[in-house]
Amino acid sequence: MTLPPAAERIEKRALPVGGIALALCLISLTRGNLSQSYLIAYLFWLSLPLGSAALLMLYHLTGGEWGFVIRRMLEASTRTLPLMAALFLPLLYHPTQLYQWADPAKVAADELLKHKQPYLNTPFFIARAVIYFLVWIALSWLLTRWSAQQDHTNDTRPARRLLAMSGPGLIVLGFTVTFAIVDWVMSIEANWASTMYGVIYIVGMVLTTLAFMIFVARRFALAEPMNKVLQPAHFHDLGNLMLAFTMLWAYTSFSQFLIIWSGNLPEETTWYVNRMGQGWQTIAAFLVLFHFAVPFIVLLSRDVKRKMESLAVLAAAMFLMRMLDLYWTVRPAAGGAPSLRPMDLVAPIAIGGLWLWMFLRQLKVRPMMPVYNPQGDPSF
Amino acid sequence: MDLPLYGLMAEFENPDHILHAAKTAYAAGYRRMDAYSPLPIHGLAEAVGFRKTYLPLVVLIGGLTGCFVGFAFQYWVSVVNYPVIIGGKPMNSWPSFIPVTFECTVLFAALSAVFGMLALNGLPHPYHPVFNVDRFERASRDRFFLCIEARDPKFNRDDTRKFLEMEEFHACEVTEVMV
Repeated sequence: MTLPPAAERIEKRALPVGGIALALCLISLTRGNLSQSYLIAYLFWLSLPLGSAALLMLYHLTGGEWGFVIRRMLEASTRTLPLMAALFLPLLYHPTQLYQWADPAKVAADELLKHKQPYLNTPFFIARAVIYFLVWIALSWLLTRWSAQQDHTNDTRPARRLLAMSGPGLIVLGFTVTFAIVDWVMSIEANWASTMYGVIYIVGMVLTTLAFMIFVARRFALAEPMNKVLQPAHFHDLGNLMLAFTMLWAYTSFSQFLIIWSGNLPEETTWYVNRMGQGWQTIAAFLVLFHFAVPFIVLLSRDVKRKMESLAVLAAAMFLMRMLDLYWTVRPAAGGAPSLRPMDLVAPIAIGGLWLWMFLRQLKVRPMMPVYNPQGDPSF
Repeated sequence: MDLPLYGLMAEFENPDHILHAAKTAYAAGYRRMDAYSPLPIHGLAEAVGFRKTYLPLVVLIGGLTGCFVGFAFQYWVSVVNYPVIIGGKPMNSWPSFIPVTFECTVLFAALSAVFGMLALNGLPHPYHPVFNVDRFERASRDRFFLCIEARDPKFNRDDTRKFLEMEEFHACEVTEVMV
């Protein structure tokens, strides 16, 4: 499929821009002041392939035209996982910068960390990361491969295979992402734990993906040939999904807060104490307002969801709010007031540039619309 | 003999025919009409002039009411009527009120949706003149009916009958509906 001219331009520029930014990141890495900014940016862009895999499997299970029209974009997005696996490597360069449990001196001084050593140690940490990426790449490979096979046959077997894998696939994805987030993010504050933590990231990653896909679909809907396919009804459905996941994000985030607030135990409340003082409370309030309240109220309106442009603007805002939410989740772990380091801006550009380049390249490989629609709507 | 007339009802065998007839009738100036079909037909509601429903507004008001009532009730119980200090927390421990407030919002919104829908549809409706036509029972099986009501200002017993019997509509029968 040929991309619209604007997307072609982005594809051409994304690689050099991302490459230069990544080079800056690597220089910064050797000087030892990168890890946190890089982790935030990494978690943000990793949301897209993982969220795409989740939405694809959700679509194969439930059907619906909303998924049919963005399916090839979701598939292209999951095919960026090998790149994301490569971009994970800088995080392993200096694990002690982020993780206390990787530092023998700190472990020796902390009785609790000593007991966590059998799980939280660098070799096992790397081994687990390898497993997560293998599982995710396998899921992405199956989702794309069977989808491509279906284009060349009248037999519905590939579609039935996709349906059969999606239920177990979602469970496997849910577990691996939860474990990955516990490893990579929650273990920064190794003596704190929340069972809601993985779920909050999973909901967030799907929300990020929905926002991104709505925005991209809107751009594609402006030009041939996708303007004939994408209808207000599709945006209405995608807007409703975004509303549902906005509410789910608030629901899970608040549940975690409520449980810790009610229990009021010192080892649990530290997480919120760090995030609701020293200026972080402003960002927390901002998130409640603009990550939940405002989008929630605006998305109740049917007209907003059916007008592609207004929904795309909201999606773009939500995309940025996701970044802020990750910043608020990860950065206070190190203590101190909110601050913006140069690398906070460079790292998202580095990973994002390379990701966009890979995504657009993958998008060109396959036709934009699948041939077979299980719903059998003759209008396609 | 001279029973009051409710309207004229045309029977169709095909969803495309009723859609065309409804659109033409609306274009001809008829407003008080209704279509009956055993299955949803895309665009038929718009064709008979159904534009806007107030149901979303009813649900919104219901939800806001539930939100307010849910919170106010908990506040009244824990701060005014029976204040007890629990876990060293303030009387007005609003975070712990949120789940019930949320559930009340959902409950009131859902109930408003159900009863609002019934009220706006004028249900329950034990008697409706269209059932006086014997063939109308097929509206829930395999036929489509378009009824132009006598209270329509443009309604005329003979002209409207002629209109509905026009060749292009392919109506298989036009019947008078008595009140």
